[in-house]
Amino acid sequence: MKYAAKKVLTLIITLFIVSLLAFLAFQIIPGDPTTKLLGTEATEAAKEALRAELGLDRPVLVRYWDWLTGFLTGDMGTSYSYHMPVSDMIGQKLPITALLTVISFFFTVVLSIPLGVLAGSVRSRALDSFFTALDQVVMSIPAFFIGILACYIFGIVLRVFSPGDFVSYTEDWGRCISYLILPALSIAIPRIAMTVKMLRGAILNEQGQDYVRTARSRGNSRRAILSRHVLKNALIPVITFLAVSAAEIMTGTIIIEQVFTIPGIGRLLLASISNRDFPVVQAIVVILAAWIVIVNFAADLLYQLADPRIRLR
Amino acid sequence: MKKRILAVFLAVAALTGSLSACSGGTTTQTPTPSDETTPSSGADHGNEITVGIAQDLDDSLDPYQMTAAGTREVMFNVFEGLVKPDSDGNYVDAVASEHSVSEDGLTYTFTLREGVVFHNGAPCTADDVLYSFETCAATSVTSAVVEALSAVTDTSVDGNQIAMTLAAPNPDFLSYVASVYIVPKDYADQATQPVGTGPFRYVSRSVQENVILERNTDYYGKGASLDRVTYKIYEDNTALFTALDSGSLDLVAHLSVDQVNNLSNGYTVLEGTMNLVQAIYLNNAVAPFDNEKVRQALCYAVDVDAMLELTAEGHGTKVGSSMYPAFTKYFDPSLADAYPHDVEKAKALLAEAGYPDGFTFTIKVPSNYGPHVATAVVLVEQLAQAGVTAQIQQVDWNTWLTDVYTNRDFEATVVGFDSSTLNASGMLARWVSDNDKNMINYNNPEYDQVFAQAQSTVDDGEQTALYKQCLSILSQTAANVYLQAQADFVAINPKLEGFTFYPLYVIDMSKLSFKA
Repeated sequence: MKYAAKKVLTLIITLFIVSLLAFLAFQIIPGDPTTKLLGTEATEAAKEALRAELGLDRPVLVRYWDWLTGFLTGDMGTSYSYHMPVSDMIGQKLPITALLTVISFFFTVVLSIPLGVLAGSVRSRALDSFFTALDQVVMSIPAFFIGILACYIFGIVLRVFSPGDFVSYTEDWGRCISYLILPALSIAIPRIAMTVKMLRGAILNEQGQDYVRTARSRGNSRRAILSRHVLKNALIPVITFLAVSAAEIMTGTIIIEQVFTIPGIGRLLLASISNRDFPVVQAIVVILAAWIVIVNFAADLLYQLADPRIRLR
Repeated sequence: MKKRILAVFLAVAALTGSLSACSGGTTTQTPTPSDETTPSSGADHGNEITVGIAQDLDDSLDPYQMTAAGTREVMFNVFEGLVKPDSDGNYVDAVASEHSVSEDGLTYTFTLREGVVFHNGAPCTADDVLYSFETCAATSVTSAVVEALSAVTDTSVDGNQIAMTLAAPNPDFLSYVASVYIVPKDYADQATQPVGTGPFRYVSRSVQENVILERNTDYYGKGASLDRVTYKIYEDNTALFTALDSGSLDLVAHLSVDQVNNLSNGYTVLEGTMNLVQAIYLNNAVAPFDNEKVRQALCYAVDVDAMLELTAEGHGTKVGSSMYPAFTKYFDPSLADAYPHDVEKAKALLAEAGYPDGFTFTIKVPSNYGPHVATAVVLVEQLAQAGVTAQIQQVDWNTWLTDVYTNRDFEATVVGFDSSTLNASGMLARWVSDNDKNMINYNNPEYDQVFAQAQSTVDDGEQTALYKQCLSILSQTAANVYLQAQADFVAINPKLEGFTFYPLYVIDMSKLSFKA
């Protein structure tokens, strides 16, 4: 209980600091939203009037306080550019990013565990070195590069995928999900490689333990020991790692959404930054930060669940 | 082979273009080889088309608040003024069924067309027209329109006749009237759910995804042929091109020559010119650009033809002054060659101006405009030959607007200027010394005087001559290093017909139809 209270407090403090920093960042970068809103022809007087209307003429901290109290009462404000409530815009875009995250996470889990077990049970030294080296290489390729490569191979060479031809889930679930497979894999592949490395290490480590030798001496097959005992123990660190991956996959979507032009919150975030659309940027930054903190919290809980010896304090 | 065909077509087009007085920009048709698939949506089009656009409509959709050219391009199909521009740059009646000007040029009388209905079903009345003019005058972001409307001293309504009296004659007045889109009185949701009288009605906008328009079935005149137009948004140029090349789009405008050459699908390609003037805009208030000789030296040092060859395989039209070629009434082609490429002369002029060893300056270029960046890169090389060292600094658009456009904190920049209204002053007013949009701090009493004289002249011929004089003053004093009006390529589904270039940044969807 005390632990939960501590975590909630951390969440609140983190969100507070992150949102304040995002707010202050806009004070430093040049450009102000009125130029974008009123165009190149507007008079100074019109800009001043708009600044006053948007409340931009007041001190930073006062504006931050207003935004914060609004946000806490569920009012995310109105987008400067689109004149729509920010909550509506996020409501439309968040499902797309969430879907991408879920598919990507699904691939990570489903592919990395069998591959990791495979890598951990290879006994040929040469093959093991090969797998380890390959794993190391795949792990080091950034997701966006895999994305660009995928666009090129499947989009331009093979023509089985048309990059940019995204169909929203509101129109067609099937086409939406099939479009998201390549981007999801692009984010997942380096994560899979990392998870495989981790699982392989954990399996090898467990296999050196005394209980494995004991089990062997009692006549159990390697295979049976692996599935019955080793895997269970080796998965404990991997589960936590996967949970943390869920947080990183979500942030990874920001870049991959640019590569595959998926209109999720990552694209919205970047466009809003260049438009100096503060209310939208603030809302997205807070959502992303909250997601990371919450997922880390969940990872801690999972860790405890998987290994009752661990007590969270 | 493909290139040669293109070249022949271009030559023919250039010929016909120079013979006819058409002002819609030169157009040529170049079918790309159709040995591969034809655009797939052509198979069963259902009288609907999908158009790819390169920017989101991240703007207010309110007719008086729209600022982005891309937004205006789309909303041109939704809104109409009392009059609207046609593809030749003339004004034809729209919400008004006729208009007349009194002999002294002071009173404009418009007859409200009968049976005009807004997209929300409400009939358009004289009250709506008055409301639109008042709202536009009070809130428009286009200062030239606000200024023109402020000269209206009296508006009177008599049945369906609306008469406006001006304080002084303004031959450009109709072009401003066309900017006053007629909207229903006291309708509050224009910013997100716009309602107008145009041939298409606005259906929906999905942020960063699409904008959908549908045919206005209650349109008074010969309305649109297409039932539905979906604008798909591809903010990434490569994605836009890939989607086009895969055949999922029926129309994409503003393509580069490289993209056209790489098209493998059976699209018809049309060529027009962008309605803007690309130049190295020089801050005339900072040294060394406060020296006319230095500016002229730069004009001689730059080889526009070579630049066009390198950046666009020679497509594009040299301009020589602040007017784009589609504006045939004012465009003076002789100015395009006022400064032939001559490095020796450039060096001599620099020496005369006191810079025998050249100098160094920075060109700020908005990074989101690829063509301007590419142009700047070529120009830097050319300037180096004359001993002038230019450095490129790429800045994001918002920074450009603040630093360069608003605060005038720059030495030089490469961008294109267009006209927000279809008249000469839209291009020329900004260089008057005390104009608040005079970004380059151009200060020439002679120019100010000739421009003022042109503004107050009622006679069309005399006025045109004066505007042309303004253009040659800009050229003689080398206000900027004038470059080109870029080529504008449009790829279109060969089953569609009726595409028309306008001397404005618009695409008129009501002209498009599927071939029978």
